[in-house]
Amino acid sequence: MEAWIKEIAPNLYTYRSKFFTACSATVEMFWKAGLIAFVIGLFFGILLVVTKKGGIRQNPVVYQLTNLVINIFRSIPFIILLIFLIPLTRAMVGTAIGVKGAILPLVFGTVPFYSRQVEVALSGVEEGKIEAARSMGSGTCGLIFRVYLHEALPDLIRVTTVTAISLIGLTTMAGAVGAGGIGSFAINYGQNQNHQDIVNVCVIVLLVVTFVLQSLGNSLAKRTTNRSLFQIRHNK
Amino acid sequence: MIEVRNLKKTYHLKSGDVTALDGVSLSIEDGSVYGVIGYSPDEGTITMGEYRDIEIRAGQPYYQGRRMDTRLQNEMRRGIGMIFQHFNLLERSTVFDNIAYPLKYTGRSREEIRARVLELLELVDLQDKIDVFPSQLSGGQKQRVAIARALAANPKILLSDEATSALDPDATESILNLLKDLNRKLGITIVIITHEMAVIKTIADRVAVMENGRIAEEGSVYDVFSDPKAEITKKFINSSSPLGKIERMIAEDSGFTQLKPGEKLVKLIFQKESVGEPVLTVAAQRFGVTLNIILANVEYLHGNPFGGTIGVLSGRPEDLDAAIRFLKDSHVRVEVLKDGSLD
Repeated sequence: MEAWIKEIAPNLYTYRSKFFTACSATVEMFWKAGLIAFVIGLFFGILLVVTKKGGIRQNPVVYQLTNLVINIFRSIPFIILLIFLIPLTRAMVGTAIGVKGAILPLVFGTVPFYSRQVEVALSGVEEGKIEAARSMGSGTCGLIFRVYLHEALPDLIRVTTVTAISLIGLTTMAGAVGAGGIGSFAINYGQNQNHQDIVNVCVIVLLVVTFVLQSLGNSLAKRTTNRSLFQIRHNK
Repeated sequence: MIEVRNLKKTYHLKSGDVTALDGVSLSIEDGSVYGVIGYSPDEGTITMGEYRDIEIRAGQPYYQGRRMDTRLQNEMRRGIGMIFQHFNLLERSTVFDNIAYPLKYTGRSREEIRARVLELLELVDLQDKIDVFPSQLSGGQKQRVAIARALAANPKILLSDEATSALDPDATESILNLLKDLNRKLGITIVIITHEMAVIKTIADRVAVMENGRIAEEGSVYDVFSDPKAEITKKFINSSSPLGKIERMIAEDSGFTQLKPGEKLVKLIFQKESVGEPVLTVAAQRFGVTLNIILANVEYLHGNPFGGTIGVLSGRPEDLDAAIRFLKDSHVRVEVLKDGSLD
């Protein structure tokens, strides 16, 4: 195995420890930024649906404000956002470089996109279900958790998958603030030193991860459509 | 007793104000089945939707004798079950969880909820579907689940908002029978909003016919059907009765409706008192007139026969007049649709 790798990707073999460091940096950025963005994005997505015109807690001020902020951050290209946020990052986490400094911009780059996706997913829940739940005495919280999130789960899984994959794309740019990761490894050790094998392997790794994420998402979405994932049977 | 007094609702749209309800007043007896019928799909729905989601600005809604306020409104919602045209079940929950929805988070124990759900499933006859998801059910079965869900919290009133409009005739009948059954067994007040006359005929005790945001006609179903006053009611009845075809036949100048002088095209509507009497035969014998029947239809409404005949009456003019007078005296409503001597 080792000999085989040495033969087809000699340069990668030389820099293998750097490669593993890069991989782990990417993984770290992905799950940390991903987790934070998931929570915040879900929050704003719900906020948009709930406060929009005709929503269950209509509030034009909150809606327009959220909408505006999301639109602003969505229209800034990530590489610009990355450097634009440096002062804020430094103020909030103490440093603007390395993996630590990359998390905040990654969150800023992901949340607006994810919020929009969540908004779309939740908007797919039929109004009638909301009306029915309300007629059974559900309040705002009940409607959000027991109807919106519950019924939209397959769509939420789909949009989360899409967002996760786009987040991987963003992490490759984090090299610009010295966060390392597969992206900067491919540029610094591959492209800049003219080691095509390194670039190729980086591409393959990203492809595999994307494929795995996408099929995981697809199968989960399919298994939750028109049914729940874990079912308690009541029939003896 | 449900009482609605002078309820108004106006929608403010860009294209101008639309008055959906223009001073509607209703009284609905406890334990009765009350039908609200209207052409505009919204009128009935708004009437009852407003009743639940009342805005106190224009109308003066009362609930159990008390004037409406926000606190009362919440109390009221819990006392009203609702079923819808599109069932509105949670697709990702089993039949059990759908029916248990209004019971959860109300302090009831798991066993209590389970017992209640089983009881409700028996009521709607779906015991074997307890673990099934709605996507595996037929429309009629879905509506049964929705009914069970609406009844879970023991409401006093069940609102049915076009609940059979998306169902095929068989399923419609079975759902209506179920509702009738529940009304009898549980004594629950049922308010049916529909645009289908057949639904009203099958199940309602009283009916309000809506037009342009107002009640055009209100009364017991038999009275309204056998002797409609408002134009809109007649339209509804014609649309659901075979006798309604005659209007098109006259308009198309069908061969059956072409009259010779001395002939009259008449519509004879039998009242409670006249069905069962051989009045037509008597009239024919006594006055020497003949009746050539074109359309005939008799149905039963709450055990009372009701319906009529449309035919061409011919004979000498004075005999015709005498025969018509005789029929009227025998509690037959006579309407001359076309007179051959005037053509």
